[in-house]
Amino acid sequence: MIRVKMIYFAQSREAAGTKGEEFSVDEKSNVRTAMSKAFEAHPKLRQLEKAIKVALNEEITQEDAPLHDGDRVALLPPVVGG
Amino acid sequence: MDEDAGGLVLFVGTIRNQTKGREVKGLEYEVYCRMAERQIAKLEKEIRKRWPVKSIRLVHREGKLKVGEVSVVVAVSAVHREEAFEAARYAIDRIKESFPIWKREKFRRGRHAWVEGTPIQSYPASDPEISESHTSPREIVPRHKRSLVEA
Repeated sequence: MIRVKMIYFAQSREAAGTKGEEFSVDEKSNVRTAMSKAFEAHPKLRQLEKAIKVALNEEITQEDAPLHDGDRVALLPPVVGG
Repeated sequence: MDEDAGGLVLFVGTIRNQTKGREVKGLEYEVYCRMAERQIAKLEKEIRKRWPVKSIRLVHREGKLKVGEVSVVVAVSAVHREEAFEAARYAIDRIKESFPIWKREKFRRGRHAWVEGTPIQSYPASDPEISESHTSPREIVPRHKRSLVEA
Protein backbone atom coordinates (compact mmCIF):
# COMPACT_ATOMS: atom_id res chain seq x y z
CA MET A 1 0.00 0.00 0.00
CA ILE A 2 1.01 3.60 -0.58
CA ARG A 3 -0.24 6.76 1.10
CA VAL A 4 -1.54 9.69 -0.92
CA LYS A 5 -2.81 13.04 0.28
CA MET A 6 -6.11 14.33 -1.08
CA ILE A 7 -6.50 18.11 -1.01
CA TYR A 8 -9.76 20.02 -1.44
CA PHE A 9 -10.54 23.65 -2.23
CA ALA A 10 -13.56 25.93 -2.27
CA GLN A 11 -16.67 23.90 -3.20
CA SER A 12 -14.79 20.60 -3.04
CA ARG A 13 -13.48 21.51 0.44
CA GLU A 14 -17.02 22.26 1.57
CA ALA A 15 -18.38 19.07 0.03
CA ALA A 16 -15.64 16.97 1.65
CA GLY A 17 -15.93 18.82 4.95
CA THR A 18 -12.14 18.96 5.23
CA LYS A 19 -9.14 20.66 3.66
CA GLY A 20 -7.34 17.41 3.15
CA GLU A 21 -6.84 13.84 4.28
CA GLU A 22 -4.72 10.78 3.60
CA PHE A 23 -5.83 7.63 1.83
CA SER A 24 -4.08 4.28 1.51
CA VAL A 25 -4.27 2.78 -1.97
CA ASP A 26 -2.71 -0.19 -3.74
CA GLU A 27 0.71 0.34 -5.24
CA LYS A 28 -0.52 0.18 -8.82
CA SER A 29 -3.23 2.76 -8.30
CA ASN A 30 -3.83 5.81 -10.45
CA VAL A 31 -5.40 9.20 -9.81
CA ARG A 32 -8.86 7.76 -10.52
CA THR A 33 -8.42 5.25 -7.67
CA ALA A 34 -7.77 8.05 -5.21
CA MET A 35 -10.69 10.09 -6.55
CA SER A 36 -13.02 7.11 -6.14
CA LYS A 37 -11.91 6.77 -2.52
CA ALA A 38 -12.71 10.43 -1.97
CA PHE A 39 -16.13 10.11 -3.61
CA GLU A 40 -16.91 7.08 -1.45
CA ALA A 41 -15.87 8.90 1.71
CA HIS A 42 -17.72 12.11 0.75
CA PRO A 43 -20.70 11.38 -1.54
CA LYS A 44 -21.42 15.12 -1.88
CA LEU A 45 -18.25 15.40 -3.96
CA ARG A 46 -19.94 13.43 -6.74
CA GLN A 47 -22.10 16.45 -7.57
CA LEU A 48 -18.93 18.30 -8.50
CA GLU A 49 -17.34 15.45 -10.41
CA LYS A 50 -17.99 16.80 -13.90
CA ALA A 51 -16.73 20.28 -13.07
CA ILE A 52 -13.61 19.18 -11.21
CA LYS A 53 -10.09 19.13 -12.62
CA VAL A 54 -7.43 17.21 -10.80
CA ALA A 55 -3.85 18.15 -10.01
CA LEU A 56 -1.12 15.67 -9.13
CA ASN A 57 1.72 17.26 -7.15
CA GLU A 58 0.61 20.74 -8.27
CA GLU A 59 0.35 19.91 -12.00
CA ILE A 60 -2.92 19.37 -13.87
CA THR A 61 -3.10 15.68 -14.67
CA GLN A 62 -5.21 12.94 -16.23
CA GLU A 63 -7.11 10.37 -14.23
CA ASP A 64 -4.96 7.48 -15.50
CA ALA A 65 -1.73 9.00 -14.13
CA PRO A 66 -0.01 6.49 -11.76
CA LEU A 67 0.32 7.30 -8.09
CA HIS A 68 3.41 7.08 -5.91
CA ASP A 69 3.84 7.14 -2.15
CA GLY A 70 3.47 10.67 -0.78
CA ASP A 71 1.75 12.10 -3.86
CA ARG A 72 -0.64 15.01 -3.48
CA VAL A 73 -3.91 14.81 -5.39
CA ALA A 74 -5.96 18.03 -5.44
CA LEU A 75 -9.58 18.30 -6.56
CA LEU A 76 -9.97 21.70 -8.18
CA PRO A 77 -13.43 23.20 -8.80
CA PRO A 78 -13.77 25.73 -11.65
CA VAL A 79 -11.42 28.63 -10.95
CA VAL A 80 -11.70 32.39 -11.08
CA GLY A 81 -8.80 34.57 -10.02
CA GLY A 82 -8.30 38.31 -10.21
CA MET B 1 13.18 50.58 -13.21
CA ASP B 2 15.13 49.29 -16.19
CA GLU B 3 16.82 52.15 -17.99
CA ASP B 4 16.38 50.45 -21.35
CA ALA B 5 12.61 50.09 -20.84
CA GLY B 6 10.41 52.60 -22.64
CA GLY B 7 7.33 51.95 -20.56
CA LEU B 8 5.76 50.11 -17.68
CA VAL B 9 2.17 48.83 -17.69
CA LEU B 10 0.59 48.38 -14.29
CA PHE B 11 -2.72 46.56 -13.89
CA VAL B 12 -4.31 46.73 -10.46
CA GLY B 13 -7.42 44.65 -9.84
CA THR B 14 -9.74 45.89 -7.09
CA ILE B 15 -12.83 44.60 -5.32
CA ARG B 16 -16.03 45.92 -6.89
CA ASN B 17 -19.05 46.90 -4.79
CA GLN B 18 -21.63 45.02 -6.86
CA THR B 19 -22.12 42.01 -9.07
CA LYS B 20 -25.04 41.63 -11.47
CA GLY B 21 -26.84 44.42 -9.66
CA ARG B 22 -26.35 42.87 -6.23
CA GLU B 23 -24.45 44.73 -3.56
CA VAL B 24 -21.16 43.10 -2.60
CA LYS B 25 -19.60 43.68 0.83
CA GLY B 26 -16.32 41.94 0.17
CA LEU B 27 -14.57 38.92 -1.25
CA GLU B 28 -12.74 35.97 0.22
CA TYR B 29 -10.04 34.37 -1.90
CA GLU B 30 -8.94 30.79 -1.50
CA VAL B 31 -5.64 29.86 -3.16
CA TYR B 32 -3.76 26.61 -3.70
CA CYS B 33 -0.55 28.44 -2.85
CA ARG B 34 1.91 25.69 -3.62
CA MET B 35 0.48 25.34 -7.13
CA ALA B 36 -0.16 29.05 -7.71
CA GLU B 37 3.45 29.89 -6.93
CA ARG B 38 4.59 27.44 -9.58
CA GLN B 39 2.04 28.88 -12.02
CA ILE B 40 3.36 32.39 -11.40
CA ALA B 41 6.91 31.28 -12.15
CA LYS B 42 5.79 29.46 -15.29
CA LEU B 43 3.68 32.37 -16.50
CA GLU B 44 6.54 34.80 -16.03
CA LYS B 45 8.80 32.47 -17.96
CA GLU B 46 6.27 32.03 -20.75
CA ILE B 47 5.77 35.78 -21.08
CA ARG B 48 9.50 36.40 -21.22
CA LYS B 49 9.71 33.94 -24.09
CA ARG B 50 6.85 35.53 -26.03
CA TRP B 51 7.55 39.23 -25.52
CA PRO B 52 10.79 41.17 -25.04
CA VAL B 53 9.82 42.30 -21.56
CA LYS B 54 12.39 43.81 -19.24
CA SER B 55 10.70 43.17 -15.90
CA ILE B 56 7.59 41.35 -14.85
CA ARG B 57 5.95 40.93 -11.47
CA LEU B 58 2.70 39.18 -10.63
CA VAL B 59 1.06 39.33 -7.22
CA HIS B 60 -2.26 37.93 -6.02
CA ARG B 61 -3.84 38.28 -2.61
CA GLU B 62 -5.56 35.59 -0.60
CA GLY B 63 -8.02 35.72 2.26
CA LYS B 64 -10.67 38.32 3.08
CA LEU B 65 -10.70 41.62 1.19
CA LYS B 66 -13.05 44.58 1.42
CA VAL B 67 -14.59 46.63 -1.38
CA GLY B 68 -11.96 48.87 -2.94
CA GLU B 69 -9.02 46.77 -1.79
CA VAL B 70 -6.45 45.45 -4.25
CA SER B 71 -6.66 41.77 -5.15
CA VAL B 72 -4.16 41.42 -7.97
CA VAL B 73 -1.25 43.35 -9.47
CA VAL B 74 0.46 42.81 -12.80
CA ALA B 75 3.49 44.96 -13.62
CA VAL B 76 5.34 44.64 -16.92
CA SER B 77 8.06 46.83 -18.35
CA ALA B 78 9.32 46.53 -21.92
CA VAL B 79 11.31 48.43 -24.51
CA HIS B 80 8.11 49.55 -26.23
CA ARG B 81 4.60 50.07 -24.91
CA GLU B 82 2.96 47.57 -27.30
CA GLU B 83 4.79 44.62 -25.77
CA ALA B 84 4.16 45.88 -22.26
CA PHE B 85 0.40 46.24 -22.86
CA GLU B 86 0.11 42.87 -24.63
CA ALA B 87 2.09 40.98 -22.01
CA ALA B 88 0.20 42.56 -19.11
CA ARG B 89 -3.15 41.78 -20.76
CA TYR B 90 -2.06 38.20 -21.35
CA ALA B 91 -0.88 37.83 -17.76
CA ILE B 92 -4.13 38.99 -16.14
CA ASP B 93 -6.19 36.79 -18.48
CA ARG B 94 -4.10 33.72 -17.58
CA ILE B 95 -4.32 34.52 -13.88
CA LYS B 96 -8.10 34.50 -14.16
CA GLU B 97 -8.43 31.25 -16.08
CA SER B 98 -5.48 29.05 -15.20
CA PHE B 99 -4.56 29.76 -11.60
CA PRO B 100 -5.90 27.65 -8.72
CA ILE B 101 -7.80 30.53 -7.14
CA TRP B 102 -11.42 30.67 -5.97
CA LYS B 103 -13.45 33.55 -4.62
CA ARG B 104 -16.55 33.85 -2.53
CA GLU B 105 -18.65 36.99 -2.58
CA LYS B 106 -20.07 38.30 0.65
CA PHE B 107 -23.45 39.97 0.47
CA ARG B 108 -25.61 41.72 3.02
CA ARG B 109 -27.06 39.84 6.02
CA GLY B 110 -24.16 37.40 6.02
CA ARG B 111 -25.09 35.73 2.74
CA HIS B 112 -22.32 34.52 0.50
CA ALA B 113 -21.77 32.58 -2.71
CA TRP B 114 -18.86 31.20 -4.71
CA VAL B 115 -18.21 33.12 -7.90
CA GLU B 116 -18.84 30.85 -10.86
CA GLY B 117 -15.55 29.94 -12.50
CA THR B 118 -14.30 27.97 -15.46
CA PRO B 119 -12.42 24.64 -15.47
CA ILE B 120 -8.76 25.35 -14.81
CA GLN B 121 -6.68 25.38 -17.98
CA SER B 122 -3.34 23.64 -17.87
CA TYR B 123 -0.17 25.15 -19.17
CA PRO B 124 1.32 23.85 -22.42
CA ALA B 125 2.99 20.72 -21.11
CA SER B 126 4.48 20.36 -24.59
CA ASP B 127 7.00 23.04 -23.72
CA PRO B 128 9.33 21.37 -21.21
CA GLU B 129 11.20 24.59 -20.62
CA ILE B 130 8.05 26.22 -19.31
CA SER B 131 6.61 23.10 -17.68
CA GLU B 132 9.71 22.24 -15.70
CA SER B 133 9.31 22.84 -12.03
CA HIS B 134 11.50 25.24 -10.19
CA THR B 135 11.21 27.22 -7.03
CA SER B 136 10.02 30.78 -7.11
CA PRO B 137 9.80 33.50 -4.50
CA ARG B 138 6.52 33.51 -2.64
CA GLU B 139 4.16 35.87 -4.42
CA ILE B 140 0.83 34.97 -2.93
CA VAL B 141 0.28 37.51 -0.19
CA PRO B 142 -1.18 35.96 2.95
CA ARG B 143 -4.20 37.44 4.63
CA HIS B 144 -2.35 39.02 7.51
CA LYS B 145 -0.29 41.19 5.16
CA ARG B 146 -2.34 44.22 4.33
CA SER B 147 0.33 46.23 2.61
CA LEU B 148 1.11 45.51 -1.00
CA VAL B 149 4.30 47.54 -0.67
CA GLU B 150 5.95 44.50 0.83
CA ALA B 151 4.76 42.22 -1.94
